Amino acid sequence: MTQSVVVQVGQCGNQVGCRFWDLALREHAAVNKKGIYDEALSSFFRNVDTRSGGNGPDIYKGKICSLKARALLIDMEEGVVNEILQGPLRDVFDSKQLITDVSGSGNNWAVGHKIYGCQYRENIVEKLRKTAEHCDCLQCFFIIHSMGGGTGSGLGTFVLNLLEEEFPEVYRFVTSVYPSGEDDVITSPYNSVLAMKELNEHADCVLPIENESLFEIVNKIHQMISSGKLGSTVKQNSLVTSSAGSSKTIQEKPFDAMNNIVANLLLNLTSSARFEGSLNMDLNEISMNLVPFPRLHYLVSSLTPLYTLADVNVPSRRLDQMFSDAFSRDHQLIQADPKHSLYLACALLVRGNVQVSDLRRNIERLKPSLHFVSWNQEGWKTGLCSVPPVGHSHSLLALANNTCVKPTFIELKDRFMKLYKKKAHLHHYLQIDGMEQSCFSEAISSLSDLIEEYNELDATKGGPRIDPSRLKIAV
Amino acid sequence: MSIVTVQLGQCGNQIGHEVFSALCSDIRGTHGLCSKKENESYHDSCMERFFCEEESGVPVARAVLVDMEPKAISQTLSMAARSGHWKYSSHSHFCQKQGSGNNWANGYSVHGPRHKEAIMNLVQKEAEKCDRLGGFFTIMSMAGGTGSGLGAFVTQCLRDAFPASFILNHVIWPYGTGEVIVQNYNSVLTLSHLYQSSDALLVHENDVIHKICAQLMNIKQISFRDVNQVIAHQLGSVFQPTHTGGEGSGYSRNPLGDLMETLVPHPEFKLLGLRNIPQMPENSLAYSTFSWPGLIKHLRQMLIANAKMEEGIDWQVRPPHPGSSIPSTNKPLHFNTSVANLVILRGKDVHSVDLGSFQDPALYTSWLNPQDAFSAWKTPRAFNKYEKSASLVSNSQFLLKPLDSIVGKAWNMFASKAYLHQYTKFGIQEEDFLDCFTTLEQVISSYTNL
Repeated sequence: MTQSVVVQVGQCGNQVGCRFWDLALREHAAVNKKGIYDEALSSFFRNVDTRSGGNGPDIYKGKICSLKARALLIDMEEGVVNEILQGPLRDVFDSKQLITDVSGSGNNWAVGHKIYGCQYRENIVEKLRKTAEHCDCLQCFFIIHSMGGGTGSGLGTFVLNLLEEEFPEVYRFVTSVYPSGEDDVITSPYNSVLAMKELNEHADCVLPIENESLFEIVNKIHQMISSGKLGSTVKQNSLVTSSAGSSKTIQEKPFDAMNNIVANLLLNLTSSARFEGSLNMDLNEISMNLVPFPRLHYLVSSLTPLYTLADVNVPSRRLDQMFSDAFSRDHQLIQADPKHSLYLACALLVRGNVQVSDLRRNIERLKPSLHFVSWNQEGWKTGLCSVPPVGHSHSLLALANNTCVKPTFIELKDRFMKLYKKKAHLHHYLQIDGMEQSCFSEAISSLSDLIEEYNELDATKGGPRIDPSRLKIAV
Repeated sequence: MSIVTVQLGQCGNQIGHEVFSALCSDIRGTHGLCSKKENESYHDSCMERFFCEEESGVPVARAVLVDMEPKAISQTLSMAARSGHWKYSSHSHFCQKQGSGNNWANGYSVHGPRHKEAIMNLVQKEAEKCDRLGGFFTIMSMAGGTGSGLGAFVTQCLRDAFPASFILNHVIWPYGTGEVIVQNYNSVLTLSHLYQSSDALLVHENDVIHKICAQLMNIKQISFRDVNQVIAHQLGSVFQPTHTGGEGSGYSRNPLGDLMETLVPHPEFKLLGLRNIPQMPENSLAYSTFSWPGLIKHLRQMLIANAKMEEGIDWQVRPPHPGSSIPSTNKPLHFNTSVANLVILRGKDVHSVDLGSFQDPALYTSWLNPQDAFSAWKTPRAFNKYEKSASLVSNSQFLLKPLDSIVGKAWNMFASKAYLHQYTKFGIQEEDFLDCFTTLEQVISSYTNL
């Protein structure tokens, strides 16, 4: 079994990360009744004997003593991390896994990337090495950050670079929260585009998330619950937005529901690697199957169901509905419509009591309405994990490498150009040591190239299918 | 003679477990429909082939379990142990922590060489436990990374280390609409490599077995376990002891050798398909009776028309007129030409069965005598609660269309260069792909021109 390390950078990264650890503990608590430290737990947690002051060697077998998250918390302001350390999760984090500063990055990518990057480089490398040493077989780094600010965006992508340099064999999955159009940070387009260049070049897989989509999903759930349309009650802890059953007892904060969705995304993504099933899907398989060309590694994700009803017997119609929902516009975690764009590849990871025939039936059913690129007409990667998420009898995570990400990138580019043409706020960046105009032009050029690659693929959509002629053998 | 089974990857291990379960439950059953002496002889022969006796009395499967990540193997080991009727040796498995990521190149070029010694040591140990080694049976899927890539590498190692032993590869062909996106690449790479080192490839297609589960076994929510159990039944019907030498002879002492001798007369033709009838849910067995003539007629038409199961057979397909020399291009469409066939009959009144219809020269290519191209093994001891059971192992055009389809899809993807960077980073280059495509196009051409 392999281990993964989560690197949470900036305010958004840490808030999402915090929800992730909380829900991970809840999930393992539901599955692991005997309190034995098992392989599934070890993928994200260390088992430490705190009596020796946390300096003793990790305990690999036997009962759980004290679980420590395999995480690195980085923020250039102290507020968020301090709150985590005073909250119910304080014992899950090792105090040596934190890197904080006081003044923040002022929503400036350059401050995060160039100044703090330089300043904290050695500290970060040392802490990463330590967490890696505690791992028997480190498979993957998960970076969680937002694109629009300064720390998550700038320092986050600096860390991404660092990971590639120091741990080239380990996969880098990045969960990036993209700014919405009404983002209150004026320079978020600059920060995002500068960060995009780094993601293009150094990430193995990126899972883009947009706050608008999360917000819409949260609203949808509230409507469903309060409208009382449903005859039976909704299981509270099954809401994809809920923290029920976890450590949080206090009033949930506004972003908590949205962050829980992202946390659930990560849990579902890693479920087949942690738990058994009839068709396992490991993290390296996700990267292998969903990334046909190195730069096209942006995966649109969707989670279903958003909640379950209290009745236990699930007719297969509801199961089929789960599959249909996964492809609908309002379940995607970015503002995109994969059904009307071109699929390069698609992965379905099912959890719970679902068998291969259910999977096959639904793929057959949905295939005709989806457009796949000509060289990957049957491009489905599937996984079956036996352990469902808390509160559900089954769930589905769909990951799509689909040209529907293009509009997000085009919008980003447009917002960037609006500011850049006027050279608005540029001086804040250029005055930073190491920043030049060329950083901007290279970044926008990288984004344009990416958009162009998607354009070329879109152009093939719906066109006549010409199969290349096969090799001829002399008889 | 004993057979050492090598279970590779998640699929190989899951199927391997079902195979040993089926073999064990068959020999323990009381449905043999034969004398006690015959039953004991059958039991002992099967034990010698597939199991080892230990002091505890619980038979130990002659198997090596290999996977690059631990979950599937640990599940397999514990399921076997829980049965109480057989188990795996506690020292016969090899696993690592991180899987092959569905990457053939990773399985073949990285994991293979790295773990060659450890794996071959386990194989050597199992081989030494056999009084007489009859050969190797490997189980793998060709869609993933370990079974396919590491499997191809291990097969090569087996060939190098045991040049005189028979190697039969059981290969699972994935569902056409994808379990793994790069499955066609992995399949092309696997098949072309296996063709060099293996003696024969016995194939099961997931799509076909799935249909059997749905239409014949009436299973509503089909799981991989259901699929694997049907596969295990079919394999059992071939590998359980048989009389290869006609009535009165003992059970065959050289199962793999006999199989190869009857079915693989030419190294260019190694693809074997398997059909088994009847297949039905266990609770229907008591209510069904079959006649041998009926079963044989169906089986023959399944062969000629390339039907995957006994329902939906196309009875219109007829062999070409005997006697007239028809070039292969003019043969009736959909007619399945054979290189060699083997029919295995088990159960009541077996020795009275007339198999003349299978010796019709029109069924075969012209370069073998039908007497040499067709063999029959008959065993009165019934198998797995079926009063009568007939299996056909066929070296024919059965797999031509599926193979052509896989190569076509892989070529399509290759032409766009999609996913190639994932393979080149582990040392499999474009030229290696081209070599594999060439090998398989050659195989396709050979089978087409039968």
